[in-house]
Amino acid sequence: MSTGTHPHADSPVSDALHADSLRAQSGPYFGDFGGRFVPESLVAALDELSAEYALAKADPAFAAELTELHRSYSGRPSLITEVPRFAAHGGGARIILKREDLNHTGSHKINNVLGQVLLTKRIGKKRVIAETGAGQHGVATATAAALFGLDCVIYMGEVDTERQALNVARMRLLGAEVISVTTGSRTLKDAINDAMRDWVTNVETTNYVFGTVAGPHPFPAMVRDFQKIIGEEARQQVLDLTGRLPDAVTACVGGGSNAMGIFHAFLDDPEVALYGYEAGGEGITGLRHAATLTKGRPGVLHGARSMMLQDEDGQTVESHSISAGLDYPGVGPEHAWLASIGRATYLPVTDAEAMDALRLLSRTEGIIPAIESAHALAGTLELGKQLGPDAVILVNLSGRGDKDMETAGRYFDLLDAGAEQL
Amino acid sequence: MSTTPVTSPVEATIAARRAAGGGALVGYLPVGFPTLSESIDAAVAIAQNGVDVLELGLPYSDPVMDGPVIQAATQQALANGFRLRHGFEAVAAITAQVDTPVLIMTYWNPVLQYGVDRFADDLAAAGGAGLITPDLIPDDADAWLAASERAGLDRVFLAAPSSSDERLVQAVTQSRGFVYAVSTMGITGARSDVDSAARVLVTRLREAGSTSACVGLGISTPAQVREVLQYADGAIVGSALVKALADGGVAAVATLAAELAAGARDIRAAG
Repeated sequence: MSTGTHPHADSPVSDALHADSLRAQSGPYFGDFGGRFVPESLVAALDELSAEYALAKADPAFAAELTELHRSYSGRPSLITEVPRFAAHGGGARIILKREDLNHTGSHKINNVLGQVLLTKRIGKKRVIAETGAGQHGVATATAAALFGLDCVIYMGEVDTERQALNVARMRLLGAEVISVTTGSRTLKDAINDAMRDWVTNVETTNYVFGTVAGPHPFPAMVRDFQKIIGEEARQQVLDLTGRLPDAVTACVGGGSNAMGIFHAFLDDPEVALYGYEAGGEGITGLRHAATLTKGRPGVLHGARSMMLQDEDGQTVESHSISAGLDYPGVGPEHAWLASIGRATYLPVTDAEAMDALRLLSRTEGIIPAIESAHALAGTLELGKQLGPDAVILVNLSGRGDKDMETAGRYFDLLDAGAEQL
Repeated sequence: MSTTPVTSPVEATIAARRAAGGGALVGYLPVGFPTLSESIDAAVAIAQNGVDVLELGLPYSDPVMDGPVIQAATQQALANGFRLRHGFEAVAAITAQVDTPVLIMTYWNPVLQYGVDRFADDLAAAGGAGLITPDLIPDDADAWLAASERAGLDRVFLAAPSSSDERLVQAVTQSRGFVYAVSTMGITGARSDVDSAARVLVTRLREAGSTSACVGLGISTPAQVREVLQYADGAIVGSALVKALADGGVAAVATLAAELAAGARDIRAAG
């Protein structure tokens, strides 16, 4: 198999695998997690999406079109970069970054969006909606909508429109309508609620381009399939560079799409440990965090049974993270399943640890990561110290930090007085 | 295989209204809004003023089927300290005062966290008639199908204009009490016109075997109730009652219930 091409064109992974392969899961359930907990009004649209996706997956023309977009529009395959000066702070282990930050629009989100927008075109709908937290998925969706001439509405919590103002401007410049959501906690979870209300109302004309591996079937499996190119490329790239598989693969986990994207290719490699780093916020002993897998319980949120932060009555508890993209009280069902069977390990990283790692990577390697991705970097430094200098660790650098400069500027006091308006 | 037939008071009430030449009025109010005691008083008042079946909503943090009026009310109830046990307290307090059957409308996670069997037992013990489950479809409802069967509770599933014929048969077969026919593709809230899709949907539900189909979403006036009952067995009113309660208290919601009930009694008066 040649490097740099992914196997969509010959056979979908799930068809080629044995039933006991961890990679063979295609929903609606992953163990006890997943399903469809949605209003009946949406079932027909979800069935249509499932059916069209199954057809698209089996259609070489669809794969070819997506591959061409990856190559000529978003810039795949993305690089890997070894970061020895950064790794010196992590026990000397070899640390290799998968550079999703170099994709067009600045994160891994474009991988999924291009797939779903091609699917929208196939279904024949002219309007797309999406939720966004940090704004990366919203920007990616607005970008793809501009490329394909679709109407685009992005739902974003009011809190997030304030802390990610630059991404709001990007989406509007791209021609999308951005709706600031003022209900509930005014963050990502409420943006999803309003996007679902829009979809229930406009389902005949509208496709919901869901941004992560959560939500009702088929979203968890479909979004993962559109993201698994990350791990498929990286697995071969690390083999080419080091002659072996990594000892560990790490990623940050909010909803979990970048993590599933890089984990998936390694699920059937038992010698490769998988680590997901959740937002520990101000610390997991209190309530101001988003450590869903560490501190949550099984429950139903946004259409799927998974792990979630909730009170005794099943009311969703508001999450907290300095990173808008991880500030979500739920997580994708496949992660809940991987945690339950012990295949992947999920650990919390605090706001402060993530910000330290963000600054460290900037200063040692000249790469400014997104605050989300900085959670994976902070966790990797600790993991490196445990595994020692012989270890090889692959980190998904899921996004770049341009959007976070206002937060970082305040956090590190980088701005001159009188220059507060970024 | 024989199953014990369950007599559904909700179904019996709706059938009796139909037999009397009209149709049933189903009225929604959330528990805990504006306060727990006022929500109980309001529910009793609308029952005493002609509402045939009560639908008590349990406030939930992420109500994806609800529009702005009900969202605002249930968020206020949560902010005021609503707990699930208040739902059972409200059912018990209401059924102690009126004979009107009481269904609980709830999103699924609160039931899951309380325990499906425990929830069914406590609801039955409080005198509740069953559940309306807006985000639980029969496909993923095995635990609730078993618990409701065991506890003798109604289970109201939704049917939508977009539902396939096969799914309508499933909704009719698995529902007891009535099937909730969603009048339009959308969320709760008053609308100036009830969608013609509702009439088509009820016709399709009849073909799927339904003898108890109630239409909800967007119904707010006596004229709309009368119009819907030309073809449906019941009309469900929610946001309009909640708005009346929010604006004018128990007296106002009782008045609106009486007006809506007049629309439900003699449907031949349609003009």
